[in-house]
Amino acid sequence: MCLLRACLVAMIFGLALAGPAAHAADLTEALARFTTDDFSDTDAGISEVAASGDPRSATIIEALQAGRLLFNAEQKKVFYTDASGKLIDAAIGQAVTGDRPADLEKVRLNNRLRRAIDAALGGLTLLAPDPARRYDAAQAVFKSREATALPLLDAALAKETDQRVKKALTEARAAVVLYADDASEADKVAAIAVLRARGGQETVAALSGLPVDAPAAVSGAAREAVTAMQSQLAAWTAVQNAWYGISLGSVLLLAAIGLAITFGVMGVINMAHGEMVMLGAYVTFAVQELIRQYNPGLFDYSLLIAVPLAFLVAGLVGILVEQGIIRFLYGRPLETLLATWGLSLVMQQAVRTAFGPTNKEVGNPSWMSGAFEIGQITITYNRLWIVCFTLAVFVALLGLLRFTRLGLEMRAVTQNRAMAASMGIRTSRVDALTFGLGSGIAGIAGVALSQIDNVSPNLGQGYIIDSFMVVVFGGVGNLWGTLVGAFTLGIANKFLEPYAGAVLAKIAILVLIILFIQKRPRGLFALKGRAVEA
Amino acid sequence: MLNSIRTVAERPIARRWLLATGLTLGLLAAMPSAQAQETIKVGILHSLSGTMAISETTLKDVMLMLIDEQNKKGGVLGKKLEAVVVDPASNWPLFAEKARELISKDKVSVVFGCWTSVSRKSVLPVFKELNSILFYPVQYEGEESERNVFYTGAAPNQQAIPAVDYLAKEEKVQRWVLAGTDYVYPRTTNKILEAYLKSKGVKQEDIMINYTPFGHADWQTIVADIKKFGSAGKKTAVVSTINGDANVPFYKELGNQGIKAKDIPVVAFSVGEEELAGIDTKPLLGHLAAWNYFESIKSKANSEFIATWKAFTKNPKRVTNDPMEAHVVGFAMWVKAVEKVKSTDPDKVIDALPGIEAPNLTGGISKMLPNHHITKPVFIGEVRADGQFDVVWKTPGLVAGDAWSKNLDGSKDLIGDWVKLKCGNYNTKTNKCGGA
Repeated sequence: MCLLRACLVAMIFGLALAGPAAHAADLTEALARFTTDDFSDTDAGISEVAASGDPRSATIIEALQAGRLLFNAEQKKVFYTDASGKLIDAAIGQAVTGDRPADLEKVRLNNRLRRAIDAALGGLTLLAPDPARRYDAAQAVFKSREATALPLLDAALAKETDQRVKKALTEARAAVVLYADDASEADKVAAIAVLRARGGQETVAALSGLPVDAPAAVSGAAREAVTAMQSQLAAWTAVQNAWYGISLGSVLLLAAIGLAITFGVMGVINMAHGEMVMLGAYVTFAVQELIRQYNPGLFDYSLLIAVPLAFLVAGLVGILVEQGIIRFLYGRPLETLLATWGLSLVMQQAVRTAFGPTNKEVGNPSWMSGAFEIGQITITYNRLWIVCFTLAVFVALLGLLRFTRLGLEMRAVTQNRAMAASMGIRTSRVDALTFGLGSGIAGIAGVALSQIDNVSPNLGQGYIIDSFMVVVFGGVGNLWGTLVGAFTLGIANKFLEPYAGAVLAKIAILVLIILFIQKRPRGLFALKGRAVEA
Repeated sequence: MLNSIRTVAERPIARRWLLATGLTLGLLAAMPSAQAQETIKVGILHSLSGTMAISETTLKDVMLMLIDEQNKKGGVLGKKLEAVVVDPASNWPLFAEKARELISKDKVSVVFGCWTSVSRKSVLPVFKELNSILFYPVQYEGEESERNVFYTGAAPNQQAIPAVDYLAKEEKVQRWVLAGTDYVYPRTTNKILEAYLKSKGVKQEDIMINYTPFGHADWQTIVADIKKFGSAGKKTAVVSTINGDANVPFYKELGNQGIKAKDIPVVAFSVGEEELAGIDTKPLLGHLAAWNYFESIKSKANSEFIATWKAFTKNPKRVTNDPMEAHVVGFAMWVKAVEKVKSTDPDKVIDALPGIEAPNLTGGISKMLPNHHITKPVFIGEVRADGQFDVVWKTPGLVAGDAWSKNLDGSKDLIGDWVKLKCGNYNTKTNKCGGA
């Protein structure tokens, strides 16, 4: 067995070292497959290029993967562009001199071909010098379970020194052995043991996809491993739900925290709150557009620039709204409700007219894209940042109310307006600033929400009901109540959702809140004292 | 305060009123001198504000362009066409009111409009009562054939069924997630798909059905569920009837959780070029959409259309999409029918329309069928990095639209035929009109 393997490895290395003339013919033939613009031909071309053993085959297939492989149907010639954009004739590996050939078309891919490319590259890059690429290659082989990769895997394993890559290679080898037709039963059972130690959903997939005619010992071991892994996965699911709940809670909190000021502290039923959030999102869009146009290098900082701007824009609009409309309506909640609702429609249509009705693309900066894994759960960076950001905003707001003069005046005015006025506080000015602060924070929320939701004129509508729910549930006029309310609702929603579905979970939460409000009309944390009666 | 809000809300209508009055006065003044100044009015009933404005505004623009183009060619029957635009504001009852206004007050000869099925259902009684014509350009759930409505969008057998066939054949999919927004179109389409998949031998445990509310923004749990469902060792795909705004966060979550198209492809029925304009499509590379038209399809008619569209909107970035093409085909058919009977009388035009052929933008000739649906090619496209689609598969010929699904128990014996049978729901078993 060992001898055989060694022979195979030698053969593969031998092939790679054989004279270039023989390959050139193979490669040219294989490359011709790419010029027909037919998916089946391209598929055949990939495996032929991979099998040609030509040292440049990995480069060619990588070019294909990145959409840099071009062809000319008439001359049946294939080219690729390298990193510097230079056009290279794939058959001879030399840069094209003179004019760029006309009528170049990209070799098209579909999902089947992308999988074939992954499998081929997995085989070709197992021996790459860079450990990260070897690791990716091992993962690709694990997925493709290509039996032909076995000799290469063994060769790579024998040479491997990096522990992480070695583990990945062993696991990939186990997956290949498990699906190989000629592997012995004992080898397969051993492979299952290796896979069981790996765990995870992909492994469950690999183990439960075994053909039905597998020997009893193998399928038995696989079943056992799957059961064991699934109970482990179930525990992780609970952790995952909790994380999703925290993440949803942070979004709710972010959307509601501005309202906790305007509605909670000032008592204004502000139906245009969602539109302040939308304004913030559009500010982010505008900032990103300007950066794209004038200084693309700053793109990663676009959100940092957008946060203060969104605060200012939404805050100023808030102050205008307070001065222009709301101050005439204090103490008349129904009229405030109708006026702000009308205002929300006006603002939506204004944005629609100015920016157009379609969604605007707001990009994620690189530090907010992608995900990482802890155990069996995936945590996406954008959600993680939003949780951190929300908590930061919350702490900053608490600090502002607690430690600044403005915060002191705000608390004084909301607790006893007449007394505050007689102490020399200009209550109307404080009202305007408080409303501006609440709106500004809604604007900041818009910056964060632009990362996970549509930036369209309807953005705010989706959050207004949830925001009121959080503030009312948490207790009007209490920031801590808003915090606890948001996270309670988020986590409850996410634990209900897997069982009841998204629609029913939402309904259930609403019903629960209605029942809760019946029992405690002032929410979780009711304010005590004279302010309540004011 | 309230007064001022009302004024703002009504201002566009008031302006339109003024315009309409002005036009009528102008017409009256011009009447005796030149008979040829008389126009044929075409109603456009698409939401320009509210939730659906995102999709429907484009359709209003394309209708204005088509009417403009037709007028440059000399109009219809020697008369100029005149567009009458109203805004039903994504408000379903308002659709019915505005339809009534178009037909009885503005006296339009034909209406092009509606997007959601509920808006179509809401205007239906009006079109029946006042006997006018509606061209409906959006893919829908089928199970309907009305004398006054012409359906130029896809029926389920012109979009959903071929897409599922493609996945089963080309991607060897064995496990299916049917994810949709919770309303009539996804529910009916998924019912049809479920029956179809089962008839192909797919087991109940290999089908997962999931509904979410309109505008659903938090997809974490559902995407994780899909990931889990897809790890059962069988190739899995998602068939998405998720509609409107919910798509962007859905695709963002897919991208962030690292679900690549080569692992679990998503084929969408409501995501086109316009919807992708709001997303960074690089993580979505290879996800699929099934439509009867893609902007990237190369044909002479299509490149001319795209050029005209970009010139008309004065925006080189504007994209084209499937419902726009449906309006192009529907409008061409209406013009031909009117020219054939030399009249805009609704009864004559309705009778003339079945059998009328018009070139579509993808190089074929679409035909209006007796059930008031049209023949269409079906394309499967993969998302490219630039927000366009690469066609990876298409039906060999044009597919005739079925008004009634052959896969549902309640409708498999029904046909619509307004030429011979004069009936929208004729039961071929009992030989009776009326469904049962």
